[in-house]
Amino acid sequence: MNDNDLFADAAHDVLADRCTPAVVRAIECGGRAADAARGLWEQLESTGLADALLGEDEGGAGLELDQAFGVLEQCGAHALPLPLAETMVARALLAQAGLVRPQGSIALARGQRGAGGGLHCALVRGGQVADTVLVQAGGAWHLLPVDGAHAHAHALALDAALTWSAAQCDAASTVAVDAALDVRTLQAAVVAAQMAGALSSVFQRTLRYANERQQFGRPIGKFQAVQHQLAVMSEHVFAARMAAQLGCSGGGVGIQPDRLRVATAKARCSEAALAVSEAAHAIHGAIGFTEEHDLQLFTRRLHAWRQTAGSEGYWHTVAGEALLQHSGITLDLVRRITDVEFPA
Amino acid sequence: MSTLDSLALTRIPAEDEALRAEVRAFLQEAIADLPAHIRARSWGGYSSALSRRLGDKGWIGITLPRAYGGGGRSAFTRYVLVEEYLACGAPVGSHWIADRQSAPLILKYGTEAQKQFYIPRVCKGEAFFCIGMSEPNAGSDLASVKTRAVPNAQGFVLNGQKIWTTNAHHCQYMIALVRTSGTSEDRHQGLSQVIVDLSLPGVTVRPIEDLSGDSHFCEVFFDNVQLGPDALIGAEGQGWEQVTAELAFERSGPERLFSSIVLFDQWLGYVRTPQGRTDSAVRLAGKVLTQLAPLRAMSVSVQEKLTQGASPIVEAALVKELGTTLEQMIPAAIAEDLFAREAEDVPVELLMTLKYVTEASPSFSLRGGTRDILRGMIARGLGLR
Ligand SMILES: Cc1cc2nc3c(=O)[nH]c(=O)nc-3n(C[C@H](O)[C@H](O)[C@H](O)COP(=O)(O)OP(=O)(O)OC[C@H]3O[C@@H](n4cnc5c(N)ncnc54)[C@H](O)[C@@H]3O)c2cc1C
Repeated sequence: MNDNDLFADAAHDVLADRCTPAVVRAIECGGRAADAARGLWEQLESTGLADALLGEDEGGAGLELDQAFGVLEQCGAHALPLPLAETMVARALLAQAGLVRPQGSIALARGQRGAGGGLHCALVRGGQVADTVLVQAGGAWHLLPVDGAHAHAHALALDAALTWSAAQCDAASTVAVDAALDVRTLQAAVVAAQMAGALSSVFQRTLRYANERQQFGRPIGKFQAVQHQLAVMSEHVFAARMAAQLGCSGGGVGIQPDRLRVATAKARCSEAALAVSEAAHAIHGAIGFTEEHDLQLFTRRLHAWRQTAGSEGYWHTVAGEALLQHSGITLDLVRRITDVEFPA
Repeated sequence: MSTLDSLALTRIPAEDEALRAEVRAFLQEAIADLPAHIRARSWGGYSSALSRRLGDKGWIGITLPRAYGGGGRSAFTRYVLVEEYLACGAPVGSHWIADRQSAPLILKYGTEAQKQFYIPRVCKGEAFFCIGMSEPNAGSDLASVKTRAVPNAQGFVLNGQKIWTTNAHHCQYMIALVRTSGTSEDRHQGLSQVIVDLSLPGVTVRPIEDLSGDSHFCEVFFDNVQLGPDALIGAEGQGWEQVTAELAFERSGPERLFSSIVLFDQWLGYVRTPQGRTDSAVRLAGKVLTQLAPLRAMSVSVQEKLTQGASPIVEAALVKELGTTLEQMIPAAIAEDLFAREAEDVPVELLMTLKYVTEASPSFSLRGGTRDILRGMIARGLGLR
C-alpha cells in the first residue's frame, strides 16, 4: 500500500498548512457560513483529493478505498471539520450511478421517509458544514441539498437533524445504488480510518508533552507510571490503525468494504478512542482540559466518531452474529478478516 | 511514530498456507480423543509421542535448513503450523521451545559441529530443549544472573540454580544464560549461553507444582557440572545480545494470542445452541473477534519483519502485551457470561476448560517477560528512557 503515500502526503501537506487549530475552531463556531469553511474546502477541492476514488476517465485518480486509507487517516490526524472523507466515497457512488456530482461537500446519513413523502434524518454528522447529504432511506438513496432543509441543531456543533419536504424530495435526485450497500457500513469504514489518524495525533501530542512538561525536577515522561500509560496508549493506537486498515480493505460491493472487516475496524477504533482519550487527558493534566489547548480538538472528535455509524457494542453484535453463524473454528474467521488481497 | 507506522498489512503467502489443510486433518485425527480441558493446555501440554509423529511429518524445524534435517521452508510456514497447533489444542509442549528458539539459536550462533549434532535430533522430535534464563533472584532483572560457568581444562564447570524452567523434567538439554566472567555488577558484560546436557552428573531437576495442580516448570540445580568446551554457544560474553534477539521470536508469535482459543471456541459451541445464545454472549463473541483480528494482523506483520532479518523488538513487545491482555480477558469474560445466567445446563466439560484456563491465565503475562517489563521496553522504544 506504500506506493499510494503520494496521496497521503498531498493530504498531509494541504491539511497541515490549511487545517490549523485556528481554522478548526473557526469552522466549529461558524459552520458552513464561516469564511474558514469556504476557504478550506476550496483548498481541498484544488488538490483533487475529493475525486480520488473516481475513475481516471471521470477526472479521478482511480483509487480503491484501501489505497485512500492514508488520505482518510490524514483527515483525522488534522481534525478536519469538513466531510472530505465522506465526500470522497459519496462522489464515487454518484459516479457509479452515472449521476452528475454536485458542487461542494457531501455528508452521509440514514433517514426515514414520512407518510407525507418528506424525509427526516435524525442525525447528520457534519450536517452544519456539508453542502449536500447522500441519504439512505429504506431501500432508496437520495441526494439532497442542505440549503432549504429544515435544520435543528444537534448535540455536537458540526451536526444537525435535517428534514426535507415531499416537494424537496421529489425535486432531488435518487441515486441507483446496489441493494447490498449500507450507508452505515460505508461511513463506519471511513470514520474508523479518520479515528486511526486522530488517535495517532493524540498519542504523538501526548508523547511530546510528556517529554516537555517538568515536575519534581524532571520531565513527567521519566516517571515509570507515565511511561506505562504511554506504552498502553501506543498499543491501542497501533492495533486500531491495523484494524482501520482492514476496514478499508476490499471485499464488498463496489466501493463498499467487507462488513466484517468494517466491524473489526470500527469496534477496535472506538475502544481505542476511549482508552487513548482517557490516558491523554490524564497525562496532560489540567491544561489539556482547557478550550485553549488543542488536545480537545482531537479527543472531542474521537468521542464523536465513537458515537458515529455504530459504537463498539453495535459492531460487536455484528461481528458476534457472524462468528455464531460461522461453522468452523474462530481462527478461520480471523483469517478471513486479516488475509487481505492486495491490489496488484 | 516510526514504530507504529512501520507495520503494514501482510498476507501469509499461498505456498505457506497450502500446508494448513493437511496439518488440520492430521491433528483432528491425532488428538480426536483428547477432551477440551486437556487440549486447552496446548503448548503447555506435553506428548513426546505426538512430537515424534510431527517430527516424522517434517513439521518440527520446518524453517531450518534441509542440510540439518529441517524443512527449508519460510517462517510463514511455521506460523501456519503453530496457528493450527494452538487452534486445535495440540499438546506440542515437548518440542515447542526447541523448535521456536533453541534450534534457530544454534543455527545462528552455533559451531558447525553443534548444528550437525543438535538440529537433526530436534527436527526428528527426539531432542527437547528448555530455557534456563530465570533464577530465584534474577527474573525480570535477567542481567543479574549468578549461575556461573568457569572455564577449566576440560571446558567449563557449572554451578548455580535456575528456576521456572518449563519442561526441564522432560527435556534432554537446557540452553542456559550464565556468567562466564565478571560479576553481576557487570550487568550485560560477561554473560554467555551454554548448552547443558541435563543427564550430566551434578544436575538435579525438581518439578514445581503450579496452582492449577500441573507441574510444568522446574527448579534446576547445578553442582560442579563439568561441561565440555563445545557447550558454549556463540562467543563468550555475547550472551546478552543473543538472548535479546531470541526474545523477539519468543514474544510475537501466535502463542501470545491464542492461549485461550480452545476455551473460546468451546464456549462458542455452547452459545450456538438455542439455550446458550444470549444477546450479551453475541456481543462478547464479537468483542473478542474484533480484538483478535487486528492482533493477528500485527503478529503476522512482525513475522514478516523477522523473516526480513529485522529485529522488531518493540513491535514484538507491543503484540505480546496486547495479546496476553486479550488472552486473560477471555476466561474472565466467559466466566462472567456463564455465571450471569440462570442456566444449569452449561456443559461440565466447558466448565472444566474454563477452570483450567482461569487458573493458568496469570502466567500469560508473566512468562516471556512481565507486563511491566514489556511496557518499559515499549517506553524505551518510544524514546522515553
Ligand atoms: C508459566 C511460566 C513459565 C516460565 N517458563 C520459563 C522458562 O522456561 N525459562 C525461564 O527462564 N523462565 C521462565 N519463566 C519465568 C519468567 O520469565 C519470570 O517469571 C519473569 O521473567 C518474571 O520474573 P519473576 O517471576 O522473578 O518476577 P519479578 O522479576 O520478581 O517481578 C515481580 C513483579 O515486579 C515487577 N517488576 C520487576 N521489575 C520491575 C521493573 N523494573 N519495573 C516495573 N516492575 C517491575 C514485575 O513486573 C512483576 O510484576 C516462566 C514463568 C512462568 C509463570
